Amino acid sequence: MFELIRANQRKSIWLMAILASVLLALGYAIGFLVAPDEPGIQSFFVIIAVGVWLVMLLTSLAGGERILLASAQAREVQKKDAPQLYNIVEEMCIASGLSTVPKVYIIDSPSPNAFAVGLKPQRAAVAVTTGLMGKLNRDELQAVMAHEIAHIQNRDTLFMTLAGVTVGAIIIIGDIFLRSMIYGGGRRRGGGGNQGAALMVIAVVMAILAPILANILYFACSRRREYLADACAAQYTRYPEGLASALEKISGQVTRQTAQAASRTLAPMYIVNPMAARGRRAGLFSTHPATEDRVRVLRSMSGQASLAAYEKAYQALHGKQSVLPPSVRAASVDQAVREQHRESDDGTGRSQWRQAQDLLHQVDRYAVIACVCGMKLKLPPGYEESKVGCPKCGHVHVLPPEMMAGLAAAQMAQRKGKKR
Amino acid sequence: MSMQWIVLIVIVVLIVWIVAMYNKLVRFRNQVKNAWSQIDVQLKRRHDLIPNLVETAKGYMTHERETFEAITQARAQAMQAKTVGETAQAESQLQGALSKFNLVVENYPELKANTNFLSLQEELTSTENKVGFSRQYYNDQVLHYNNTIESVPTNIVAGLFRFERSDFFELESPAERAVPKVSFS
Repeated sequence: MFELIRANQRKSIWLMAILASVLLALGYAIGFLVAPDEPGIQSFFVIIAVGVWLVMLLTSLAGGERILLASAQAREVQKKDAPQLYNIVEEMCIASGLSTVPKVYIIDSPSPNAFAVGLKPQRAAVAVTTGLMGKLNRDELQAVMAHEIAHIQNRDTLFMTLAGVTVGAIIIIGDIFLRSMIYGGGRRRGGGGNQGAALMVIAVVMAILAPILANILYFACSRRREYLADACAAQYTRYPEGLASALEKISGQVTRQTAQAASRTLAPMYIVNPMAARGRRAGLFSTHPATEDRVRVLRSMSGQASLAAYEKAYQALHGKQSVLPPSVRAASVDQAVREQHRESDDGTGRSQWRQAQDLLHQVDRYAVIACVCGMKLKLPPGYEESKVGCPKCGHVHVLPPEMMAGLAAAQMAQRKGKKR
Repeated sequence: MSMQWIVLIVIVVLIVWIVAMYNKLVRFRNQVKNAWSQIDVQLKRRHDLIPNLVETAKGYMTHERETFEAITQARAQAMQAKTVGETAQAESQLQGALSKFNLVVENYPELKANTNFLSLQEELTSTENKVGFSRQYYNDQVLHYNNTIESVPTNIVAGLFRFERSDFFELESPAERAVPKVSFS
């Protein structure tokens, strides 16, 4: 396991170095186009490129997690609110050897999805939508959490944030330059004969291609790490079928609803791509491989759950390509698949759906009154009447004073939270 | 360059190599210890949960004295176990008793409707899983460590400083290793 983390880190450093040199080269190319004969101005543009990058980097380092979670409208839950979800996260931390349990967040959205953030494992957080909790059974939820924990353990959350920021800087700089070429474009005449013109063409091509290439590199990397996280999830849970059936259940159902809240930076961290419309194939510019392909690889692991088994299944479907670094392949040993969990689906998933909704109400501090007819009345914070009638049987309940006080306090807390 | 210099360089390189290997082995050994402490935590948690579970269930399950006795006894034995082998043996007994209990519970619908019992059962299920996963992690670490100790060239350093193989945590009897498979549908 530790080889994998280390190999991943080495690779990340390489990729970051490549992206950084693309950034520098882009700055230089622009400088060259603006003033071919003045090295001072050329280095000035290199400095500007680095400056843009640094500003973006520092903002994401300072409070990136909180911004991302807030932009996805995620709310933190404690163990007492969602014991099962919390237990599952703890289980996967143990299986992966992650020393700190990440914070757990829930998002109120019918679209089933989950993501992980955190530049360091100690600061990490995982978030799931109510839609996900409603649709998956325990084994499947466990597999999804395993995938997310794998992203944290493999430091994908750190790396994809850094790479995302750098690619973002490259795109912004390239964009600004092209615009100024179109609208300003006066000063770049002069130059020295044929050789100067040739260099000029190279610089223009560079400025146009750099953002595209950086993007392709970034997305390829993101897709690879999805496969890797799948492999780790199979190994942690020793149950590839769990993730396969979870992905299958999720894939048809992801709507653009989460996409509104999901930013581009966050997209690679989700279990399935929140930006993609249904049924689109994975191309050069997608963060995730096609879900059917991920399912197919998981299903052809034939009774084994090790990283090497995943690699073998992957190669059987994709030819010579590989997902694992060589040092990991050497260290991997046979690991058999475990049995299915005892309590599995009841087929309808209705009770899970209700549980997820109850959880949401609990986080929002709704008050609950059980009516004689079996109906559960849920009162939102800020409910000010002292009585409530049951919509089903008409029985009138009088609210106990402590319940009313609780609702008022919950409303105060929520107002405060909004102001902040 | 004279002969002495070459000898000196070889010795320095050798020392650096030994130090690096030694540190690597220590790191692996600590990972094994750390993984074991995680198992320990989960086993203790399971021992703490059982009295609560038995207390809650007793009121409903009046005809299942044997099941309860088996659990209590297995728990007492498990708490006294010392070595890795003993612990594994006792814990697999306890696990067997608990899975029998889980089967019997299916016959008591009132008990299954009790929210307190349900939350206890979720805790116990999860603790079982955690025991399983920490065992899995521990065994992975032990395998890794043992492989390193035995393979060339680290085995030289390991022999020099007396690094010893660690035991795997394995469930003893094959009958209990096979989780009972029952379908209720």
